[in-house]
Amino acid sequence: MFKSIGEALVLLWNVIRALPSLWRQRSKALDQLFEIGNGSLLMAGILSIFIGGVLALQTGPVMAERGLSGAIGGLVGLSMCKELGPVMMAILISGRIGSAMSAEIGSMRVYQEIDALRAMDIDPVHYLVMPRIVAISIALPFLVVFAILVGWVGGAMVAASNPQIDVSFTVYFHNLRDVVEFSDVLNGIFKSFIFAMVIGLVCCHQGLQTIGGPRGVGRTVTKAVVNSIVMILILDYFLTRILLTFE
Amino acid sequence: MIMNPNPSTDSTQGLGLEVRDLRKSFGTQTVLNGVSFQVKPGEIFVVMGPSGSGKSVLLRHLMGLEPADAGEILIDGQDIEDSPRDANGRRLHRIAMVFQSGALLNSLNLAENVGLYLREHRLKSEKEINEVVLEKLKLVGLEGAEDKLPSELSGGMRKRAAIARALVMDPQLILYDEPTSELDPLSAKVISQEIQEMNRRIGATSVVVSHDRDMAFRIADQIAILYQGDIVALGGPEEVKKCDHPVIQEFLNA
Repeated sequence: MFKSIGEALVLLWNVIRALPSLWRQRSKALDQLFEIGNGSLLMAGILSIFIGGVLALQTGPVMAERGLSGAIGGLVGLSMCKELGPVMMAILISGRIGSAMSAEIGSMRVYQEIDALRAMDIDPVHYLVMPRIVAISIALPFLVVFAILVGWVGGAMVAASNPQIDVSFTVYFHNLRDVVEFSDVLNGIFKSFIFAMVIGLVCCHQGLQTIGGPRGVGRTVTKAVVNSIVMILILDYFLTRILLTFE
Repeated sequence: MIMNPNPSTDSTQGLGLEVRDLRKSFGTQTVLNGVSFQVKPGEIFVVMGPSGSGKSVLLRHLMGLEPADAGEILIDGQDIEDSPRDANGRRLHRIAMVFQSGALLNSLNLAENVGLYLREHRLKSEKEINEVVLEKLKLVGLEGAEDKLPSELSGGMRKRAAIARALVMDPQLILYDEPTSELDPLSAKVISQEIQEMNRRIGATSVVVSHDRDMAFRIADQIAILYQGDIVALGGPEEVKKCDHPVIQEFLNA
């Protein structure tokens, strides 16, 4: 495990060194950006509206019983910004995009396409890895902002339509505006940026390490997605600890 | 079938190659056990041997894709590790490799695959790249297939496309990994003629790894037979045929 982490960090360093060639690789980065962003928008919307909704559904009646139903907007708002938005989107993107990244690079490795690139003196980090990591690092924070907004709306719809909660849109969003600060949204954006780097690095690294034909590609994809999700959840705890010290 | 009746006027200077005591092991398995040979500029050098004898590993070392445990590979007298490179990391010694499977990038069409080297290293304008791509595809008999994806090509077409991609580099040394494997006898003959013709036309040195005895004896200036990581025979086709080493006789008469 430590060897893999070390190799992924070396890959990160190589990606940073490859950044000056981003302009040359812009078309690949834009293609990836479109695939990650546009392709995931619908799924992100559906997921977020239900996350916001279920959050309101679980907490709303309990809060209403204690006369705190007016605070539901703030609760959903903060939860979506700081935790559920970034973490759930990162998990969605590792499953949807990370798996595709590791499978594509893994197949290229197995079928000697990466060797062919090297034989042409084309660095696979410049050509394959850097555009993907740049694209995911831009796309995921935007998706998280979108998810936060949709999640708020999902929570508001449930809060307004559920008779046990019965909080109007106006009251819900008024409380949300009182409680949620811009720094809370930035908190989520920062986390999502780090998660995006982790997904990109873990999945590209696993792809580049693939051996053993189609079965090897299958193993790579499983390992890449599982490792990404584990890393996201572990990092989430430590990032939260660090960010709390700045509040 | 493949040959262009109007050969290109390309000409280049082949690179000399020297391998000294090359050794490679994977774990406890020794794959190359002190391999040494010399290839003169412009020669066709064929490496033959049974499966698992280390031929492809040797080729990967010559391309610089695999680090050696010990030994030296000298290209025009210069260690491959210290190959001079330009500011973009491109080797100044132009070495191309034709992979066994073709190794075309599946996400790119044929024209994009063939022009990839020129495009990525920005060696020519887009218009010039398109002209070169069309010229090389015509040379290998693939004109009209520019927009096809690799998955839409037959095995022989993929091999020819891989040769076109190698030729775009204007190579001084071309490495072929099993260029006639999985091909019908006619396509195999055409590909071997193509290798010989390319060698004659552009003057590049060629190293061919193959099981194909007919091709080897038809095109080779020198043949090496690799067996369990050692070269057991080395010389011109006639010399190798006359060699009375039991492994060679068994391999040649199998």
